[in-house]
Amino acid sequence: METLVYKRPESLLKDGHFTFCPGCGHGVVLRIIAELIDEYNLQKDTIAISSVGCSIFLEKFFNLDVAGASHGRSPCVATGVKRCKPDKFVFTYQGDGDAATIGFNETIHTACRGEHLTTIMINNTNFGMTGGQASATTLAGQVTTTTPAGRNPELTGYPLHAAEIVAKCDGTAYCARVAITDTKNIRKAKEAIRKAFEAQIKGLGYGFVEVLAACPTNWHMPPVEAVKHIGNVIETVHPVGVFKDITAKEQL
Amino acid sequence: MAKVLVKGNEAIAKAAIKAGCQCYFGYPITPQSEIGEYMGRHLPELGRTFITAESELASINMVIGAGTTGTKAMTSSSSCGIALMQEAFSAMCCAEVPGVIISVMRGGPGLGNIAPAQADYFQALKGGGNGDYKLIVLSPSNVQEAIDLTYRAFHLAIKYRNPVMLLADGILGQMMEPAEFKEYPYNDPDVSEWALSGADNRPARNIVSLHMPEGALEELTNRIFEKYELIAKNETTYEDYMLSDAKLVLTAFGTVGRVARAAVKRARENGMKVGLFRPVTLSPFPDRDLHEAAKKADMILDLELNKGQMLLDVRSAVFGACPVEFYGRTGGGLLTPDMIYSKIEELYKTLDSKKEAGVR
Ligand SMILES: Cc1ncc(C[n+]2csc(CCOP(=O)(O)OP(=O)(O)O)c2C)c(N)n1
Ligand code: SF4
Ligand SMILES: [Mg+2]
Repeated sequence: METLVYKRPESLLKDGHFTFCPGCGHGVVLRIIAELIDEYNLQKDTIAISSVGCSIFLEKFFNLDVAGASHGRSPCVATGVKRCKPDKFVFTYQGDGDAATIGFNETIHTACRGEHLTTIMINNTNFGMTGGQASATTLAGQVTTTTPAGRNPELTGYPLHAAEIVAKCDGTAYCARVAITDTKNIRKAKEAIRKAFEAQIKGLGYGFVEVLAACPTNWHMPPVEAVKHIGNVIETVHPVGVFKDITAKEQL
Repeated sequence: MAKVLVKGNEAIAKAAIKAGCQCYFGYPITPQSEIGEYMGRHLPELGRTFITAESELASINMVIGAGTTGTKAMTSSSSCGIALMQEAFSAMCCAEVPGVIISVMRGGPGLGNIAPAQADYFQALKGGGNGDYKLIVLSPSNVQEAIDLTYRAFHLAIKYRNPVMLLADGILGQMMEPAEFKEYPYNDPDVSEWALSGADNRPARNIVSLHMPEGALEELTNRIFEKYELIAKNETTYEDYMLSDAKLVLTAFGTVGRVARAAVKRARENGMKVGLFRPVTLSPFPDRDLHEAAKKADMILDLELNKGQMLLDVRSAVFGACPVEFYGRTGGGLLTPDMIYSKIEELYKTLDSKKEAGVR
């Protein structure tokens, strides 16, 4: 007898294909999300909110209803959707430029309001889509097109630690930072996103998962090296971990 | 229902609730904060949504979220707050997201002052947002009209899937007068054909504003502009006050229209053939009707509380059919019936001599 070990999630479009660069982290995370939506049988109840960045075309990947948002505003669009349709499952998919730079105010206030929705923030420490400029999360010393000599904190400030700050908001139910570097960590990432989704499903509050992901193109690294770079360098500045989890308490 | 004494801002808020507004998202700013306060008092008790957003950027993007689900939602603000919403207006027009925006103008530019003004006509009609797009813009001149046009704003937003702005000024917002709240008079179209609700037994839908394939954006924009043509054909309205034999036609919008009406009345009592053309829809602008009125008149006098903004649309509608004069105040200065009457007297005297000299 044959056992099915791999199948395309229903929540991904059959004829859709990812248009990311080789080794890009976005595709892995989008797939995890699609798998989880299938697992919770939420496809018919989901409204995904896309943001501005390399992942902007969610409607070309997901077999889900999608509302587009301007740069940094998807938590607001999500808030509007969720308040009108509290029974629907609503998540935003954003980059570090979107959620932690231009839209960090929105992120924080959405967390403080304890909106029953979920944000997945892909932190590749740069504005990927526009060609690799420094964002708020860019590491000190990191070379980008706008910091060719490396980010100098004296001139351009220090990296913003999104998950740590979001965790401090009272309305946040679950908040973690994960890294998609190998199979083990990808599984951990999936479990974190699951927890963040469950926080919404159970009506506990805002869920936020920051995912450290590679941008080989703008990091000017081959994919394998880029993935190693996450563990060796980025995690030393943006450490992985669960910063808040009231879902654990709920389960007791 | 009997008339009640009500302040403009509260009347708008109450009318929005009667129109079925399910959500209000806003950020306080004078001279319209009473709208948010009224909503904050009444929406929660009706089980509807009220959020004081973190900014006007956030408010209008929350309206977008609600709009994508086909739900009636609104925000309100003033001048610099409306300035922050411009990117979203453009996105809403492109993605065809309904929503109602109440703009209660104050003095500008900059933080300006909190006195009444009309200097955000360009902001409402010529946009600060990017690309080819148009809001539907309605202009009330008294509290009753503010109520009726608030109803209409909600209806038009859903009917045409476009943002609709009610452009009021601080005088109207703060003014108290008797008005009647009739029942919401419109039948709104079904939204289930397009609204986002989850891909349940139907293909997934999207409401987005990025259209990259070659030709896609042009095709979309052309289709949306055909819609604007239809809106112009179906929805253009204006007030005709003593236009039929008017030699001098005043043009004015909002509360200035109301002041101008008083001046016209007095001019008529004194034997001068003066009329008032007051656009109720600023967008679509009643350009054909104004052109017809101008053809019959000897002169147009455009009155505004700004440096001459609607004036551009008046001139392009008149298109040389008669001379156009402008009289305005700015920075919170007001036009009184006396001031307008004096201007009428001054210009009316010149009409016959101008005609003889063949000035057109
Ligand atoms: C208001 C506005 N400002 C700037 C841009 C240009 N822009 C497009 S994508 C982007 C950066 C996105 O970076 P990030 O959110 O980190 O996503 P990534 O591409 O790295 O996944 C910028 C600045 C825009 N579209 N809108
Ligand atoms: S530029 Fe970076 S983030 Fe964008 S698709 Fe390529 S690798 Fe991914
Ligand atoms: Mg990025």
